[in-house]
Amino acid sequence: MTVETPATVPQSPRLTTRLRDARTSVALLLLAIAAITPVAAPALGQPFYVDVTARIMIWAIAATSLNLILGYGGMVSFGHAVYLGIAGYTVGILAFDNITNGFIQWPLALLICGLIALVFGAISLRTKGVYFIMITLAFAQMLFFLGISVEKYGSDDGLLIFTRSEFDFGFAELDLSDATTLYYVIWILLIGSVYLSHRIVNSRFGMVIQGAMANETRMQAIGVPTYRYRLTAFVISGMMCGVAGLLSANFERFISPDVMNWPRSGELIVMVVLGGMGTLFGPILGSVAFLLLSEILSTWTEHWHLIFGPFLVLVVLFARGGLSGILDRLTGRADR
Amino acid sequence: MNFILLAEQFLNGIQLGLLLFLLSAGLTLVFGIMDLVNLAHGSLYMIGAFFAATFTALTGSFVIGVLLALPATLVAGIVIEVTVLRTLYTRNHLDHVLATFGLILFFNELVRVVWGPAGLSIPLPGVLDGSVSLVLGITYPLYRLVIIIVSLAVAVGLYLLVTRTRIGMLIRAGASNRTMAGALGVNIQRLFTLVFGLGAALAGLAGMMIAPVTQASIGMGEQILILAFVVIVIGGIGSIRGALVGALLIGIIDTMGRSFLDVILLIFLPPNAAETAGPALSSMMIYILMALVLAIRPQGLFPPRGQ
Repeated sequence: MTVETPATVPQSPRLTTRLRDARTSVALLLLAIAAITPVAAPALGQPFYVDVTARIMIWAIAATSLNLILGYGGMVSFGHAVYLGIAGYTVGILAFDNITNGFIQWPLALLICGLIALVFGAISLRTKGVYFIMITLAFAQMLFFLGISVEKYGSDDGLLIFTRSEFDFGFAELDLSDATTLYYVIWILLIGSVYLSHRIVNSRFGMVIQGAMANETRMQAIGVPTYRYRLTAFVISGMMCGVAGLLSANFERFISPDVMNWPRSGELIVMVVLGGMGTLFGPILGSVAFLLLSEILSTWTEHWHLIFGPFLVLVVLFARGGLSGILDRLTGRADR
Repeated sequence: MNFILLAEQFLNGIQLGLLLFLLSAGLTLVFGIMDLVNLAHGSLYMIGAFFAATFTALTGSFVIGVLLALPATLVAGIVIEVTVLRTLYTRNHLDHVLATFGLILFFNELVRVVWGPAGLSIPLPGVLDGSVSLVLGITYPLYRLVIIIVSLAVAVGLYLLVTRTRIGMLIRAGASNRTMAGALGVNIQRLFTLVFGLGAALAGLAGMMIAPVTQASIGMGEQILILAFVVIVIGGIGSIRGALVGALLIGIIDTMGRSFLDVILLIFLPPNAAETAGPALSSMMIYILMALVLAIRPQGLFPPRGQ
């Protein structure tokens, strides 16, 4: 009964990333605005927006990481927020035990993210379609419940992080306790993850991932071990999401199991699809749109989910290709 | 004493398992026939519980409340199917996930607006309140026993419906080959609506029955929905038999694990470590079981035939 369609992909894979289309311009404009926000927002009497922008950028890193496997690889991971929690808890637990050295915290956090992604991926990538969705969801919930049950580290109340990661280069020190420094670290890492995605997507490896999404059988027939490629992409994506997790833990100075709870994973998917999956800058557009929309709607009414839920349904039904698709159509580049 | 506790927890496990079955049966049927991933299935469980709470408060009788809430949930399910889900059948799984995720947000908020954020409890009628003595000196709450009996009756009824009736034949035909069944003159659209309504009523029934034990609360659907996902992944998506076996397995293992794992760990570990590891491990156990099943049989224990 199940017809083997590239079921998770509504749009054809984009093998090269054009740099001169509307969404790129918009995304670059947004990044430029983000660059001047720490100066501009307080000057305009809206210092509150510095924190909002920092949070948006952290989510944009996470969404970019998910896009790598969802948009380019067709893997609908419904548990991607788990890596936010894993990296966050690594930083938090190390800080709790008085290890605040960032040179230990950050590599260890990413290593653990990579290892867990390797285990989860190795099992869940054996399955396809709806099984994959449910299994990634269940694995994430497993760690969510683990976070809740460990009382030493705060269970569901979460864990306060008193000292941010410390980077002492000997000759100089990177002081993350300074809000502006941390802000620009986040900004640079966001650009770094988009650039890394760009390089991965356009590499031979990226071609294989996109080829396996378009037609796995054909890919295997020409002799490519797609499982291994997918697993590698899954691990890279998990580690990249870990970057967002350790940034979030440092930024909020707080980590709780809630960051791994399933609605967070759902929101990540929403950001990717809203922005336009399988496009380099789509996740940035998506996270800006999602977080600003929820910010605005929640100032209108406490019950903003009443509006947002149906909005989501409408986006699915009518807005093919998300914001990127809309931008493409507006600028007459609807070439699909 | 220990044996009695063990037996009680075993019955609790069966009770949880049967509730999970009511939820998973709908989920797996909907998926098997319509190829639709419905995250909002848990919302129907929640809506059923709230309907039952309201109707019980209005009529003063829990039984009448449930009898009114059942058709109400069925109608709610059919409305959802006709308005939103019908347009999703031709879409891919990612679209299903997103749209039904939107529905969950909507329904949770709607319930918060209509019934308030606190949740509702349902008082048990005096007849059902109390305990009964079973064999070997085991006493068990009467109401939980009623849940077991009702769920078992529904499970048998569902089995008979699917295997012995014309409707069941159509459902099976639709599940194994939608296009062919349509070509042979079965009104697939109407069959979908019917099956979805049936699944909604089953999920609602599970919610109504558990509401007097816990209470009707916002978000109750998602907690159990993820368990139901584990159940149907283990059982094999689309298979009712798989759902039953998976549900009982998960119900018993989860309940027993939560009660006894720390005692078992005490044998191997120092008390301190056992106290920490016990709750952590028992909350992860069913997921580990799922991973094991998938590592050995990626299609679940009872993959449906004809696919």
